[in-house]
Amino acid sequence: MSHTVVSLKTYIATFVSLMVLLIITVVVAYVDLGELNLAAAMAIAVLKAVLIILFFMHIRYGRKLTWVFAGAGFFWLAIMLIFVMCDYATRH
Amino acid sequence: MPEPDAAHAHQFESFEQQRDADTTGMWTFLATEVLFFGGLIVCYTFGRFSFPAAFEAASHHLYVGYGGPNTAILLCSSFTMALAVRSAQLGRRKALVGFLIATVLFGIGFLVVKGFEYHTDYVERLVPKWHFHWDGPDAGHAELFFWLYFVLTGLHAVHVTIGVVLLSVVACLGWKGKITAENHMTAEISGLYWHFVDIVWVFLFPLLYLIGHR
Amino acid sequence: MSHEPENYLTEHSVRSWLLTTDHKRIGILYLLSIVVYFAIAAAAAAMMRLQLLQPNNDLVLPETYNKLFTLHGVLMVWFFLIPSIPAVLGNFVIPMMIGARDVAFPKLNLLSWYLFNIGGSCALYAVICGGVDTGWTFYTPYSTTYANGHVVTMIMGVFIAGFASILTGLNFIITIHKMRAPGMTWFRLPLFIWSLYSTSIILVLATPVLAITLLAIAVERLWGVGIFDPNLGGDPVLFQHMFWFYSHPAVYIMILPGMGVVSELITCFSRKRIFGYHFVAFSSLAIAIVGFLVWGHHMFVSSQSVYAGMVFSILSFIVAVPSAIKVFNWTATLYKGSISYDTPMLYAFGFIGLFTIGGLTGLFLAAIAVDVHLHDTYFVVAHFHYIMVGGMVLSFMGGLHYWWPKISGRLYPEMMGRVAAAVTFIGFNLTFFPQFLLGYLGQPRRYHAYPPEFQVFHVLSTAGASILGVGYLMPLIYFLWSLKWGKRASDNPWQATGLEWQTTSPPLRENFEEIPIVTKEPYDYRPEDDPEHEPQAQPQHA
Repeated sequence: MSHTVVSLKTYIATFVSLMVLLIITVVVAYVDLGELNLAAAMAIAVLKAVLIILFFMHIRYGRKLTWVFAGAGFFWLAIMLIFVMCDYATRH
Repeated sequence: MPEPDAAHAHQFESFEQQRDADTTGMWTFLATEVLFFGGLIVCYTFGRFSFPAAFEAASHHLYVGYGGPNTAILLCSSFTMALAVRSAQLGRRKALVGFLIATVLFGIGFLVVKGFEYHTDYVERLVPKWHFHWDGPDAGHAELFFWLYFVLTGLHAVHVTIGVVLLSVVACLGWKGKITAENHMTAEISGLYWHFVDIVWVFLFPLLYLIGHR
Repeated sequence: MSHEPENYLTEHSVRSWLLTTDHKRIGILYLLSIVVYFAIAAAAAAMMRLQLLQPNNDLVLPETYNKLFTLHGVLMVWFFLIPSIPAVLGNFVIPMMIGARDVAFPKLNLLSWYLFNIGGSCALYAVICGGVDTGWTFYTPYSTTYANGHVVTMIMGVFIAGFASILTGLNFIITIHKMRAPGMTWFRLPLFIWSLYSTSIILVLATPVLAITLLAIAVERLWGVGIFDPNLGGDPVLFQHMFWFYSHPAVYIMILPGMGVVSELITCFSRKRIFGYHFVAFSSLAIAIVGFLVWGHHMFVSSQSVYAGMVFSILSFIVAVPSAIKVFNWTATLYKGSISYDTPMLYAFGFIGLFTIGGLTGLFLAAIAVDVHLHDTYFVVAHFHYIMVGGMVLSFMGGLHYWWPKISGRLYPEMMGRVAAAVTFIGFNLTFFPQFLLGYLGQPRRYHAYPPEFQVFHVLSTAGASILGVGYLMPLIYFLWSLKWGKRASDNPWQATGLEWQTTSPPLRENFEEIPIVTKEPYDYRPEDDPEHEPQAQPQHA
């Protein structure tokens, strides 16, 4: 599956982006964006996770099947989160 | 009955098939791990949705000075892990072992920092039911936040510990020359596990330390 | 057995069994374990039925009654039904059906058996120490705060057994993806494989949520603080959400494999191709996926929001569609088939009828207004026993009879088999049909006493249970009898097409002399004039 040897450059670029994103997320937390603070923090976290999954975990070079397997866990977590929170959000 | 040859286990037809099975198996396991942590994430979301003020106030008692550097440590460990797998693919034995040891050391570093942090939390009486003390309003829900904090980070720390042991074993195997360019699955699937543990922390850090505006 | 050709049963030492990584032997180990758990759980049920013979019987104390139904539920759900078809029959036949030598991870497979039994021992230890009276659902705050007894030990048992489930599911998924023989494409897979693949998806994605929920209960009970505790502003309904996120899909773990077995039986014993292969295959996947979206129908009378209840109700109606598709397809397969009434087929017929009743009464319960009346009554008890016993146990028995010649290399006595199937069917209906009426009349479940006007139904039910017990004991006796005195089975006694019938009975250690090459769809049965079926595969050298 991952016969591809990923170039050193790609790994370094990924790592640097991750560190930069970490700094951004901490800095943003000290700026008052109201509701947007949560959105920003989660967006950055998702971006970081995607970078790790795509490059460090070689999904980008893997087959479709691996994409499905990697996505399934998150998809089912989303089901649980959305349904449970819809219940709480629509209570009176 | 065909003799099992040395390259792959007896139930497989080819080495390629075994590689595929191992990697896909690890991904399946990671999907179960997502839902394992996911249950707690649902609890957390419920708490944060229902008691936003208490959760924000409680979160401000955690130190970004611990959580931030610890995130950096884990990201570094993921980087060295990726390089270790690359070295394995290229058959560079010494580089493989070196990067694995670096990853293990980062992992231990994370646990040490976490230990100091837990100690600070204890001194500041933030451990639920253990001399827990809260000055602000809504002490009950703040305690709930710390319950989630300890369960989530505790489970994560257990995973880091398992990873440290696992990678130490892989490093030994690498040193003995058991991991070659053709047969580097052990390194690769342990790497997948380690990166996953990193991803969990990538979410825990903002969820626990960076609630609202500090 | 020294004069027999070498097969997977040839080696006899205890060590060769306890350290085996052979999927067939692990299947047998699971069979032995679940028979033990089933016997204990059935004994608990028998005690309950005896207690309920009279309105205010004092055979057991009220507390003991609570412990009995908890024991019955926990053991039957986690230590019998969930491993029954997947871990016993699935383990035994999946690799053979797809033309593999073993599952993808044989050592993990053995590990799951050990985990399963460690979990089972924990649960039994909790029972011996005094028992647990929370019911199998462990509802909070009763389980976390008020219940006496060994809740944490019991929970740890289920927690550990959960990992056995996860590993089994993982093993099956990877095996089905990666271990298929040459030519065994997805649409040449027997439908049993499709149903177990769908089951495995649920095992893998739902069980971790149960694990973390149980862990949270244990922590809450020991530590005294937690998210389910209403005194701290936590929410017991959150527990119900998380519990049923697992436990509703788990209901499909307990029926999908049965549907797979029935698809095999119906085609084989009516000598016909399955009607609508793709529909049956994809309906399994649909049940697995939509089954994740309906859990809130267990919570209509909790404080769940009305809107969530409505959505869950509609989705629950939708999940009935794929099940109905299967029933229609089986019926259409039977149409104009040359049907033979062998024992496995009798169980399959029983399955279709009882599953249909169980499924349709499920729709009553999925309607919010009706559920308010029927919630927590015997109607619910009858409904899920029609699925669990009428569905899963009957199909398990059907599958066990069908594959018994392959498993043991011996034939069971056919006449006894038919009688046992009939006795089981009659006993089952006599036990549980009165419970529909009881529930509709308003008798709540989980009570040790009841108003005298309900007595006639309870007496019928207890009488039925004793007949059902005979129906279970008969196969136990004649299966054991057949091991020594049964006639030797040929390789393919049913003239079936699947790959598992193309190896010897009992199979070789690694299933096949050489891996077969699959050239055909799975159910190429030739009915009337041509009794010679076409096997699904050719040997490699042909």
